[in-house]
This record gives sequence, structure tokens and C-alpha cells, in this order.
Amino acid sequence: MTDEIPEIDSASGSGVPIRGNDIDTDQIIPARFMKVVTFDGLGEFAFFDQRYDEHDEPKDHPMNEAHFQDASIMVVNANFGCGSSREHAPQALMRWGIDAIVGESFAEIFAGNCLALGIPTVTADHETIVELQEWVDENPDGDIDVDVGNETVTYGETTVDVTVDDAQRKALTEGVWDTTALMKSNADAVAEKAQSLPYVDD
Amino acid sequence: MSEGTLYDKVWEEHTVSELPTGQTQLFCGLHLIHEVTSPQAFGMLQERDLEVAYPERTHATVDHIVPTSDQSRPFRDDAAEEMMSELEQNVRDAGINFSDPTSGDQGIVHVIGPEQGLTQPGMTIVCGDSHTSTHGAFGALAFGIGTSQIRDVLATQTVAMEKKKVRKIEVTGELGPGVEAKDVVLEIIRRLGTEGGVGYVYEYAGEAIENLDMEGRMSICNMSIEGGARAGYVNPDETTYEWLKQTDYFQDNPEKFDELKPYWESIRSDEDAEYDDVVTIDGSELEPVVTWGTTPGQGVGITQPIPAPEDLPEEKQDTARMAQEHMGVEPGETMQGYEIDVAFLGSCTNARMPDLRRAAEVVKGRQVADSVRAMVVPGSQRVKAAAEAEGLDQVFEDAGFEWREAGCSMCLGMNEDQLEGDEASASSSNRNFIGRQGSKDGRTVLMNPRMVAAAAITGEVTDVRELKEVTTA
Repeated sequence: MTDEIPEIDSASGSGVPIRGNDIDTDQIIPARFMKVVTFDGLGEFAFFDQRYDEHDEPKDHPMNEAHFQDASIMVVNANFGCGSSREHAPQALMRWGIDAIVGESFAEIFAGNCLALGIPTVTADHETIVELQEWVDENPDGDIDVDVGNETVTYGETTVDVTVDDAQRKALTEGVWDTTALMKSNADAVAEKAQSLPYVDD
Repeated sequence: MSEGTLYDKVWEEHTVSELPTGQTQLFCGLHLIHEVTSPQAFGMLQERDLEVAYPERTHATVDHIVPTSDQSRPFRDDAAEEMMSELEQNVRDAGINFSDPTSGDQGIVHVIGPEQGLTQPGMTIVCGDSHTSTHGAFGALAFGIGTSQIRDVLATQTVAMEKKKVRKIEVTGELGPGVEAKDVVLEIIRRLGTEGGVGYVYEYAGEAIENLDMEGRMSICNMSIEGGARAGYVNPDETTYEWLKQTDYFQDNPEKFDELKPYWESIRSDEDAEYDDVVTIDGSELEPVVTWGTTPGQGVGITQPIPAPEDLPEEKQDTARMAQEHMGVEPGETMQGYEIDVAFLGSCTNARMPDLRRAAEVVKGRQVADSVRAMVVPGSQRVKAAAEAEGLDQVFEDAGFEWREAGCSMCLGMNEDQLEGDEASASSSNRNFIGRQGSKDGRTVLMNPRMVAAAAITGEVTDVRELKEVTTA
């Protein structure tokens, strides 16, 4: 395979605020929508039970509001994406239109899954995030620029420092976030390692 | 940074290379797959014209979507049937061993790995499932991965990972009567928080942990992820080795046991190992723990009052308020007497033989409350068969429980077993998230298996220790 993996230095677009701590992946994509063998079409089910009532009628939710329909930067609070390891969660958000997520903190497996899709998950403190969420409410069409390499987020006239995990920053900005080919190229070393392990039969 | 811990040693042993990102390329000794998170990975492999590199190091089963009532094919649910067929096709094409329902070996992936001796100390184990941490009970380094990482493992038998810090959680003393492994881990998560373990691997140690059987250790390691830690482990000891001896792998290859034991001994954390953090919990002070909210960290001792949101740390207050509204609970009261509609005894946390035995002791000679729908879903076909051989199925059925086939079932509501409307469940599973058990208005109270049995009998959250006193009086 010779697919070129794009370098992702930044992501920009308008925002959508999703408030609350400990938002788990069962909320992001309820399990009943995972009875599928591809990720296609998951976008419309993102946050389904928060967005629709039992008669599938829309409820009050930022992702149902007309002015957030074109959003590509999600702004979240603490421990976002906890719980199940389902990659269906970031896949659903990506297919809804999200290119980057700015938050107070992320669950590890979720952040790893985002990285595998080239979606930056950058963090800042509680006050910074709350201010950004308020700004997004007031400026639904306003651009947010997430600069991964320089670890900043710019909105309106404001630029704030954010944190990007070292490995994530390198992987995204150097275009090595899709690890399959990279690790495949070490096949000989892998075989050698397998041979050296006491529990691997010859 | 930690030094001389099991985590450091197993990590080092499996390191293939340092990647340009600063991550480590880690060899995966065992890769477990199931029907929900693997089909897309096989699809990605096909798109890239890649083959499965080490099919003999991957093992498959089906657990999330299998019906637990009638497992005859085709499944009644077309979507479930499609997922099953896709998995069958994928494992056949790649030459991967498959514990399918006709084998008698099928079950929840985290039950069958240990059962068959696939799970061994000092291994790296990955699976597209967050509860892979369960296998850490054997002194393996086991963590959940996403589907893109499953693609990596299928294609290369390696994953890219960053090394974590190690927190030793020492549970001292002897657990009191009626207090189980589940209560220990719910208490750990209550104290350290649902994100307290982010960036850490948990090493569980201390007298209370060492005295647990393997099933208890699995219950604890299983819920590491609920505390934010991607992996948790217990150092292997004689209890571990006794379990391993009677598994298929070591029954078939008895010489391997002696051959591998020195390795298992060598990867135990050193006496003078250095940890990034140490937390001590007095196990003798614990009582059965139940959850009052909608995260596994929102737990409380059964005789203790539900906390008022304003008494919690500021960042926990909003979540607590919403949780209490959803659950319909009042601060200041205990969870005792909280009415339930469903009792679910199952899941990769608590559906192994000792779990079922202990619950059956509570149930024996009693009747499930009229208002309660109660079910037992054994963790695997082997657990089911072993329980039937002991007559446990009869005990449960006589009491009014449904006795089901093996699978994940109502833990996550992907098959027909789901809560309806705002039903409340007493559940031996691991997550009380809103919507988790299939209904977005459903209410889940997590607890240990004997507490589930007690709740089924009385129709409300009950201190099982008191139920016992009533019968012996």
C-alpha cells in the first residue's frame, strides 16, 4: 500500500458545544446502532438518544440546531468519551462532520481512536473551555482554528494555549497517525520478537 | 517513572521498536476478537490488500449480539445474523480459531480466554473491547483497543502505544462477610474517580487482593477502565498457577507449565519496585457497595447515605444532580429500599461459577418478587454447563429466574435483553450509564451478584447481609 497519509497541522471551522463531564461512548453512539458491519452511515446516529425522543422527534440539543449544522469543531468538558472502546463513537462524530475536538480532558481509548482517524483531541483548563463554549453559543458561525503544531486555539480575537499530547502532535503534524504501514515495515523485527518470547511456540 | 513492576517488565519484553511518534511498537501475544468491533477492521485490511499476519495468535468468539434465548440459526434479528455471518466468513478466510456457539466453548470473550488457557501471565493481550483489562488478573498486560488498532494487530500483530504510569492500589486486611471483589472495585472507583486512572495502569495488591480467587481478581481488573485506567493487573501467584493447570492449554501441554513458570515468576513486580503512585485502602472497613447514579464512580456503601451534590467536589456536582434526577434518588437516604423491576446476573464482570454459586446460595428456597423480571446469563457455555452439573440452574429456575444462554446480554442491550421504559435494574454488570441497558430512561444499580440475588427476592435494593440474618434467625 502506498496511500499518502496527510499531515494534519490544524483544523478549522465553526464550533458546536457539547456540555457535561463523563460523557460516555454509549451516549455518543448507543449500542443498538452498532449492529452493522461498516461505519458508513453512523453520522446521523451520533448522540441519538440525546437528540431524539422515543417517537424520534428532535429534542433540544446543540446538534439539532440549524446554526450548528455546519460545525466541525466540537467543544466538550471533562473525561469525554469514557466507557466502551467502540471506535463507532469517533466514527459517528467524524461522519456527522467533526474534524477536531477541544475539551478539558479525554478518556484514553477514545483519544487513541480519534488519533487513528486523524482527529485531534486538544485540551485546556475548565475556565478556558467554558469561555470557548459560551463564545460558540454567541458566534455559531465564527471560525475556530485549532493549531496542532503550535498548541493554540484561536477564535474571534482570542488565542489560547492548549495541550496536545506529544505523540499525538508528532503523529498528526508529521503524517504518521496511520500506523499500519509504519509498523508493517518492521515485520522482520516483529518476527524476531515473536521468536524470542517464551510462550510463543516455534 | 516506575521501575521493576510487572508492567515495566512485560512492556520491555514485548517492545519491537520505538516509532517516530515516540510511541512504542508492542508485540501482542494474544488478540481476541468479537463480532461488533472486528468486521470493519477486516474490511480495512481488504481495502489495503493486507493479510492477517499471525492468525494463530488471534482467537474469536461471538458474545455481544447473540440471543440468549434461542440461539438457533439464522438468528431472529437479521442484523445480528449478518454480523455473525460476517465474523464466520472472516475467521474462515483468515484461518482464525473460533469458539462459536456450536463448539460448546462460546461465551463472553473475557470469560473464554482465561477458561481455555489462552490468557497467560506475562502476555500482552488486546481486544476491541474496553473490558480486556479483565485478563490482567493473570498478570498479563491487557488493554482494550479501537477498530483501527485491530486493523494494526491483524496486519502486524503489534500496536502503537505510549507507556503509562503505574499506580499500586493496595487493599489491606480481610474483607468482611458479604463483601466481594465487586465492592472493592466499586469503592476504588468511588474514591479515585472515573478519570482518576487516566494515564495510569493499576497494579492491585495487598492481602485482600491476594486472598481473592481468580474470578474475584478478574472482577476487579475488569472494571479498571471504569476508573479511567486502560489496564489493571495482579501479580501471578500460586492461585494463578492452580487455575492455569486445569485449563485446556496446559492440560494438553503439561510440559509447558514447568517451562513457562520461571518466566511468570520473573515478571512479578520486584519487592523494591518503584511506583508513580501508591494508594492504600483498608479492605476490612468495606461493606457492599451499590451505585446511586449514572457513572460507576457514583457508588455508596449500602448503609451509607447518598451524598448531596453540593458536598462533592465542584466538578462532580452537575453530573451528580443530573444523575440523582434520572435515578429518582434523594441525598441523605440510603439505597436500601430502592424498588427494582429487573435483576440481571451476568456480564464479563460477574458471570463466572463462583458468582453464580454465591448468588444461588442466597436464592435457594426463596422466590423472586412478583414485580421482578430476573435472569441469569452465564458468562460462557462452559460456565453454563458446569452450573447445570451442580444443579444451579434448578435453584435459579425454582426461584423464578430465567436461565439463559451465554452472552453479554443486558449488560449493554445489543440483543433482545433490554430494559423497557424507566425500569430499574439490579445488575451485576459494570456500567450504569444512561441508556446502557437498552432504554434511555432505564435505571441501573450496579452491585455484587449476591446483592443482585437479594434484590430479586425482595424487589428492592437490599443489604444481603441482613437477608441472611433473617433466615438464620
